Amino acid sequence: MADLQTAQSLERQSMPLTGASLPRQAPLLAAVIAGGIAALIALLGGFGWVAAIFVAWLLLLVGLPLWSRAVEGGRRAVDRIVTLLVWSAFALAMIPLVSLVWTVLSKGVGILSSQFFNNSMRGVLGEGGGIYHAIMGTLIITALATVISVPIGVLTAVYLVEYGKTSRLAQVITFLVDVMTGIPSIVAGLFAYALFALFFGPGVRMGIGGAVALSVLMVPIVVRAAEEMLKLVPDELREASYALGVPKWRTITKVVLPTAIAGIVTGVTLAVARVAGETAPLLIIAGFTTSTNLDPFNDRMTTLPVFIFYSITEPGLHADAMADYAWGAALVLVAIVMFLNVVARVVGGLFAPKTGR
Amino acid sequence: MAKSIDVSDLNIYYGDFLAVEGVNMTIKARSVTAFIGPSGCGKSTFLRSLNRMHEAIPGARVEGKVMVDGQSLYEPSIDPVAVRRQIGMVFQRPNPFPTMSIYENVLAGKRLNAKRMSKSDADALVERSLRGANLWTEVKDRLNKPGMSLSGGQQQRLCIARAIAVEPQVLLMDEPCSALDPISTAAIEDLIAELKSDYTIVIVTHNMQQAARVSDDTGFFNLKATGEPGHLVEFNPTNKMFTNPDEESTEAYISGRFG
Repeated sequence: MADLQTAQSLERQSMPLTGASLPRQAPLLAAVIAGGIAALIALLGGFGWVAAIFVAWLLLLVGLPLWSRAVEGGRRAVDRIVTLLVWSAFALAMIPLVSLVWTVLSKGVGILSSQFFNNSMRGVLGEGGGIYHAIMGTLIITALATVISVPIGVLTAVYLVEYGKTSRLAQVITFLVDVMTGIPSIVAGLFAYALFALFFGPGVRMGIGGAVALSVLMVPIVVRAAEEMLKLVPDELREASYALGVPKWRTITKVVLPTAIAGIVTGVTLAVARVAGETAPLLIIAGFTTSTNLDPFNDRMTTLPVFIFYSITEPGLHADAMADYAWGAALVLVAIVMFLNVVARVVGGLFAPKTGR
Repeated sequence: MAKSIDVSDLNIYYGDFLAVEGVNMTIKARSVTAFIGPSGCGKSTFLRSLNRMHEAIPGARVEGKVMVDGQSLYEPSIDPVAVRRQIGMVFQRPNPFPTMSIYENVLAGKRLNAKRMSKSDADALVERSLRGANLWTEVKDRLNKPGMSLSGGQQQRLCIARAIAVEPQVLLMDEPCSALDPISTAAIEDLIAELKSDYTIVIVTHNMQQAARVSDDTGFFNLKATGEPGHLVEFNPTNKMFTNPDEESTEAYISGRFG
């Protein structure tokens, strides 16, 4: 009993806060060793480099924690395993992204020229054409879709957050918005086609129809984004405004919306980026043409995704040249989407409430 | 300006839940009236019912009468927006508008109501309100900085400046110092004493000394029992309340021998 107490008090007196640890470069060193062993095995066994990387990864996954366990103890070893798994997942997720960007860049960059941006494909077989008509089609149709869906989406969100709250109507609208989120894009295209066929007869093709189809896809995204942002505005700001004798609608337009505008603009931009790449609905309602058409209310209009689709599926006699056009168009489309994402970030930063001193 | 408020048989509900029952009192013009009482006894709820902020909460409603200047606030013909223009409010946590500068925050009441003002009038109003809130000397060189850039105590005084810029008759304050340090609290208490000459002030506070220092009349709210609605136990001049209260429970609460 007395011994136990002395042992305990001795233990209480010492308070070790340091412990052995691996050097900072340990993971790198382990990776190099694992890679070397795997390369050796691959050379001897005649495996491909994919198998070698996998073997190296397995070796690292087993070796590093064992080394760490011997030196640092169990908790640090588990930490090393989990860190390695997280980094591996990250690398795995980056592979398709990097490979996509690389493929599009390497195949598409060769065709870029002023002619590529300034000419249409009208009367062009093989060399000499451009995608001016498709770029303009994408810009016009996406801009129209934005003009249609942003007011509807933002006002719906305002109703849901500021007026409807938990009412039955608001619940029904929320449910319908969720359903709309899941509508396949081809169905949105059919809807727009059916709608315009009612007025203009069967076989109608119009840019504005494409914009309507895209806005069917866009509205639920905008509603969701705006709703979340409006919910983040503290009730205290609304009450502060009411207490100054400001009517509700002015409170919403002058206090709530400006406070949430950064998030709403970001959400809208991401929604635009999302629908700019839509193909299926535009195949149905906007159609395909090789000439430049800047009038969305009259006749067929080609967008970049539709141009890519036809260039690959129906290239005609000059298949190689058309494939080059398709890759160039894909590069332009990816660049537009990335540009929109950057714009979303910049705009979000510009509008964000200022707290600086 | 400054009006008195007569409250008779006021019952305040959240949906079916009766939160405060049977309040009768007269709040005198150009004086400071303090409400004290334990948490959850309905002081803030009662305060919010005085400028119809209570109904900003879904399902909240009121029975009884609140008379200001001979008009009953809860008559159907009364416009709640007009009521709130006359009866301003300062909240527990400072809540300047994050998208606006200090200057714009002070003018918010006018600007948000789309009142056109000349630049010189606006400047004069901003200076007058900020001086009124004892904040002018601290911020006069950085009026275009965001309102959120101020310290907590300065933000609260900015909110008071914003409230008095619309020139209300009555100023309601819901625990305005509970988030502030003693120095900011002292600044706001001085301010209340100055504002008293122009405004009717009603203040909710958890700080008994504060009630004793700043108020002319004090109301003590309490729950009848756990789960029962809150009610007004006693309403008397502050001097009498803190020296010789009518009710035993008031004395118990004030002296700390509660429950």
